[in-house]
Amino acid sequence: MDRKILLENIDIPGIQSFETFRSCGGYLAVEKALKTMAPDEITEEVKKSGLKGRGGAGFPAGMKWSFIDKKVDKPRYLICNADESEPGTFKDRYLMEKIPHLLIEGMICACYALGANTGYIYVRGEYKYIIGILNKAVREAYEAGFLGENILGTKFKLDIVVHSGAGAYICGEETALIESLEGKRGNPRIKPPFPALVGLYGSPTVVNNVETLANIGYIVNNGGEKYTQIGLGRSTGTKLISACGNINKPGVYEIELGVSVRDFIYSDQYCGGIKNNKELKAVIAGGSSVPILPKDLILKTASGEDRLMTYESLSDGGFVSGTMLGSGGFIVYDEDACIVRNTWNLTRFYHHESCGQCSPCREGTGWMENVLHRLENGEGRSKDIDLLVSIAAKIEGKTICPLGDASAWPVASAIRHFRHEFEFHVQHPEIVKNVNHGSLAKYVG
Amino acid sequence: MLGKRINHSLHQKQNIVVCFSGPTLEKVLKIISRYPEGKQKSAIIPVLHIAQEEFGGYLNVDTMDYVAGLLGIEPIEVYEVATFYSQYYLDPVGKYVIETCRTGPCAICGGEAIQSYLEKKLGIKTGESTPDGLFTLKTVECLGACGYAPVMQINTEFYEFLTPQKIDKIINTLTKKSEEEKAENSKWTEKFF
Ligand SMILES: Cc1cc2nc3c(=O)[nH]c(=O)nc-3n(C[C@H](O)[C@H](O)[C@H](O)COP(=O)(O)O)c2cc1C
Ligand code: SF4
Ligand code: FES
Repeated sequence: MDRKILLENIDIPGIQSFETFRSCGGYLAVEKALKTMAPDEITEEVKKSGLKGRGGAGFPAGMKWSFIDKKVDKPRYLICNADESEPGTFKDRYLMEKIPHLLIEGMICACYALGANTGYIYVRGEYKYIIGILNKAVREAYEAGFLGENILGTKFKLDIVVHSGAGAYICGEETALIESLEGKRGNPRIKPPFPALVGLYGSPTVVNNVETLANIGYIVNNGGEKYTQIGLGRSTGTKLISACGNINKPGVYEIELGVSVRDFIYSDQYCGGIKNNKELKAVIAGGSSVPILPKDLILKTASGEDRLMTYESLSDGGFVSGTMLGSGGFIVYDEDACIVRNTWNLTRFYHHESCGQCSPCREGTGWMENVLHRLENGEGRSKDIDLLVSIAAKIEGKTICPLGDASAWPVASAIRHFRHEFEFHVQHPEIVKNVNHGSLAKYVG
Repeated sequence: MLGKRINHSLHQKQNIVVCFSGPTLEKVLKIISRYPEGKQKSAIIPVLHIAQEEFGGYLNVDTMDYVAGLLGIEPIEVYEVATFYSQYYLDPVGKYVIETCRTGPCAICGGEAIQSYLEKKLGIKTGESTPDGLFTLKTVECLGACGYAPVMQINTEFYEFLTPQKIDKIINTLTKKSEEEKAENSKWTEKFF
């Protein structure tokens, strides 16, 4: 189980440049698509491949593309979501830095399939040097005749524009991203209408993650059927996992979907085990928004099966005993981690990043942050734990965009699985106040 | 919550004439032209980045009004954007803006200790600038580099796997570089006057 699609050629010197990328078979997919395939055939192959969106929600890419109504007489747009700001996630940065042309190749095929003549890459503003790398790659593609008018002598025309954000997690949400790209504050829109109908400048628009688009070249070259042979069951293909936290080998790994969580954490091929020979305590498996799971439940499902790195296995047990693959941001906590402090930290993040449109999210994230802050500082009250559960429940599902849910889930799951730690904070304020949180876990037991 | 206030005492319009230099203006116009006819407002984020860099490292009201004029939009539309995004500074900042990541993954890998060390080293609190105007110390949310924690960004550069020793080296190098630049400048006046 270690076939690769995206990072196969990553170690070839100079693969960042157009020439080397091309000499390793790059842009063959564009030739095949434009010269031998009808646009809808590509969408069909992507559907067949079972490729799910790699940005977090896991929506099937081919199905999303087929929502575009080509009879509507308006320009169509493809937007590549390179806003990557979900804590724990740093895979798109790696892909764009190491092999930028893979993304551009995928975008050209996708735009051809959708009949879009403009594609935007929305890169988070902090990735300044990545913006430079992408602009260079785009220039090279223009010079080689893969972008611009009459690509490869066909009638197809495409411009790709690299656009920068300016620091706002919420702009990763697709409708906030569209607002931002239109030059406004990143306030998410109410859906429906979905972007496929009313997107950028009121036109039909597809928003896809960097990694999703980087897979398209392989699918065009090899067909959707071949893609389904990689991975496990309905989790087809590979996934970039960005591993961080208390592990020996943090970094970006391309895994074939289906690897066991235990192997991923402990084998030398991946995370290489817990740092300093400590014990594993908990994992957030798919970016900070997904439920945290304690050691027992991340290694095995509630029914005792080995937990695998697939969409289905990670969500086995729903939110009672499962989690989500999400964006692939894999955060590992060792035995010393204070779950209360960590939950406070993440809640502070969501409060800071809430765009403020919906009261439950704007106010609720702030309340949760305050309550968690007092618990963390030994000033909590016994009713606080239930209060947190109740605030989280009042945010979830009651907001315009999923940031509300994303702020509620970490709190609800931390209390569900580590309630005793929250209770300890209420019952032993003197210890909480006087002990460095790094060693608090020893007292909690 | 996202959103900052424009500090009016500081940012009252001073009616200073702000204007991009020739080559910068050319670049700005090229960026604006990348967006469809009638959608020039889309260029606001990149243009504000350039404006901030050109006009003193932060956005004051005069700068924002100038950008509004360039894009053919109302000043309020620029204020809305400038106050929303964290990379725009509405107050003056030092030459080097140090932004340490304070989010979960960095925090569990020693990010908090790094921030305290920086405060001690520079003798300022987070949010403040050194009296010589060289450094401003801030915190930011996840920089998308969690595997290389603890992490900070200084202007365009990422600094990863931070330790106190590394910080000493970075701060000393930047201080020295800035002194050399100053010395270079004074030589310039010596030479030509
Ligand atoms: C608060 C929030 C932040 C998000 N951030 C990102 C992001 O940084 N990158 C990304 O690709 N998707 C992000 N998403 C998901 C996007 O809304 C969208 O589903 C995705 O870009 C679609 O691409 P995909 O189907 O290829 O995954 C975010 C969603 C929410 C609610
Ligand atoms: S849920 Fe939060 S971030 Fe999303 S639109 Fe509402 S206030 Fe904004
Ligand atoms: S948490 Fe610090 S870079 Fe992601």
